[in-house]
Amino acid sequence: MTDNQPDLWILYRRMLTARLFEEAVGKLWQQGRISGEMHLGTGEEAIAAGVVDHLTDNDALALDHRGTAPYLLFGGDPVKLLREFLGHPKGLCRGMGGHMHLFDPDKLTASSGIVGAAGPAAAGFALAAKHLRPDNIAVAIFGEGAMNQGALMESMNLAAAWRLPALFVCKDSQWAITTLSATVTGGALTDRAKGLGLKTFAANGSDVEAVWRAAGSAVNRVRGRSKPAFLYLTCSHLEGHFLGDALLKIARHPGKEMKEIAGPLIKSVTRIKGAGLSKRAASLSMVTNLIGKTTREQIFKPHDPIKIVRKKLKKRPTRLEVLETEVTQEINKVVAEALA
Amino acid sequence: MRTLTFAQAIEEALAQAMAADERIIIIGEDVHMLRVNLFARFGKKRVLAAPISEAAFVGAGVTAAMAGMRPVVEIMLVDFVGVAMDALLNHAAKTDMFSGGRWQVPMVIRAACGGGYGDGGQHEQSLWGWLAHIPGLSVVVPSTPADAGRLMLAALDHDGPVIFLEHKLLSDYWLEYMGRGGRTTVQFDVPAIGAKGPVPQTWRSLPLGVATLRREGGDLTIATVGVSVYRALQAALVLEKQGYTSDVLDLRSVWPLDKKALWDSVEKTGRLLVVDEDYQNFGLSGELAATVLEANLPVKYSRVCTAGTLPYRRELEEATLPNVERIVDSARRLMAAQ
Repeated sequence: MTDNQPDLWILYRRMLTARLFEEAVGKLWQQGRISGEMHLGTGEEAIAAGVVDHLTDNDALALDHRGTAPYLLFGGDPVKLLREFLGHPKGLCRGMGGHMHLFDPDKLTASSGIVGAAGPAAAGFALAAKHLRPDNIAVAIFGEGAMNQGALMESMNLAAAWRLPALFVCKDSQWAITTLSATVTGGALTDRAKGLGLKTFAANGSDVEAVWRAAGSAVNRVRGRSKPAFLYLTCSHLEGHFLGDALLKIARHPGKEMKEIAGPLIKSVTRIKGAGLSKRAASLSMVTNLIGKTTREQIFKPHDPIKIVRKKLKKRPTRLEVLETEVTQEINKVVAEALA
Repeated sequence: MRTLTFAQAIEEALAQAMAADERIIIIGEDVHMLRVNLFARFGKKRVLAAPISEAAFVGAGVTAAMAGMRPVVEIMLVDFVGVAMDALLNHAAKTDMFSGGRWQVPMVIRAACGGGYGDGGQHEQSLWGWLAHIPGLSVVVPSTPADAGRLMLAALDHDGPVIFLEHKLLSDYWLEYMGRGGRTTVQFDVPAIGAKGPVPQTWRSLPLGVATLRREGGDLTIATVGVSVYRALQAALVLEKQGYTSDVLDLRSVWPLDKKALWDSVEKTGRLLVVDEDYQNFGLSGELAATVLEANLPVKYSRVCTAGTLPYRRELEEATLPNVERIVDSARRLMAAQ
């Protein structure tokens, strides 16, 4: 990394590390070795890599339920992390927390499964930094769905009023589980942050180069100046909200899934009492549109950050192959060690 | 008699009530998909998808109810009630009293609860004791499809706020979302007759606060609620082989509490074992002990509850939740106590 130019090779290595790690997690989850829900961050790697590259030791991270990639790229021990997911006594949190509850006091990283909780967490980390580590900052990473939580909006106000060194990073995937965020959100998200007195930055969150530059400017704004900032990044989730995502299942296995859904749906929609015909039709068409949008996103995957950065590095195929082989071997080793 | 799943029973009862009363609306995150059948039939004006803003939409539910609606406000998992607690604690629960009894809040809060599928301590809590602690809130925890449908109607009929909790091991779709995710590689201890069972032809409400005996015996009263009813029934079978017979009392609602059913059973057996998936301290288990003591009934008492935060690691989670082995152990100690 130089001051103005990202090293795409380093960033790509990190993104690929996160991708392969999470793909391995997905497989272990499918095998039933990881319990409960699993929110993968595949599709968010450019954000994780591009933001975290600007952080230093003693900066703090406040993460959401999708914290694997940022924590890993912030220097989290991959074997301990994977063991945590496996519920292993030697996991990051001795197997007590699971993937939504990553806590690492040495790296000042805390995560939560409560949407929006990263906001207050970053404000508090930033307050402590102001007292104890004046060169350090706190970063909250959360989705656009969280922007409608009061606590997150209140935290941005707190950071502005108290002049806290906090960076609020909003990842906009357009989806809050199976709800299109635009349909439940008033106004523009960056306008909200501006309205609360935060300087805002924005970039295409699937393009790691763009993320790196925007994040660099945002971090410069925050570090040492006690001024919070808001970084808005678009992205897409390649595995939906979580593994087994209802819309994604329908999009991938329309025949099987629709067979189960259609019976009760038709029965319900044809019952006598209820809304008028046009309203019922509108409901059905909305559901169909959500499935259609999910299907299109699955087929085209236009925002896969790995593909985007890889294209830029293709002119040196040998170097690329060596890098990819190395990362694959590293992740295989991590998985083998975690399972041993 | 026909049978339905726990989830189908609730949906049928809700649909029946919504068709009869246009004031009933559903509010919550993702309800257009979670309640897709009702969304398709009743339209988006009555099945209203909300932003992830529990504090706002639960609070709005309170005053919508005060202004003439009968909202069913969903907060997905009861753990998320923390975000909306002020609306319940300081508003929904207080309005009746503060208005001198002139204004009620006929609202249902619907949420999934409970553990046993490895999702960690922030998504698997029960919290019914914590909620029932607040004067003015009713809390129902059905354990069968028939009770689920009938208690949903009771909650809708009630003129005050009612928390309606559906256990994820009973509601197949919640377990699919939160635990299985399309996998065949994971197993859960689902009580079969709780997840799917006989239901009435047409739905009529069951009064709040009426417990039922799921099993009758003379040596011991096991009082419980939710999925623990089935753990208690299994334990009662084991205990019977060892020579002890048990009353298994399903409270069905935590508040109102059917004190009489509890007293009647404990008067007969002289021994009370409370099985509660909710936290042990300052909760339902202690409340039941106090209820019996206040009636001056002689009783030997023990409890099997969730002592601390639920660990993510599966085997620890299983040991932390009330299970058959712990219930049997506790019952045997109770039987041996002089």
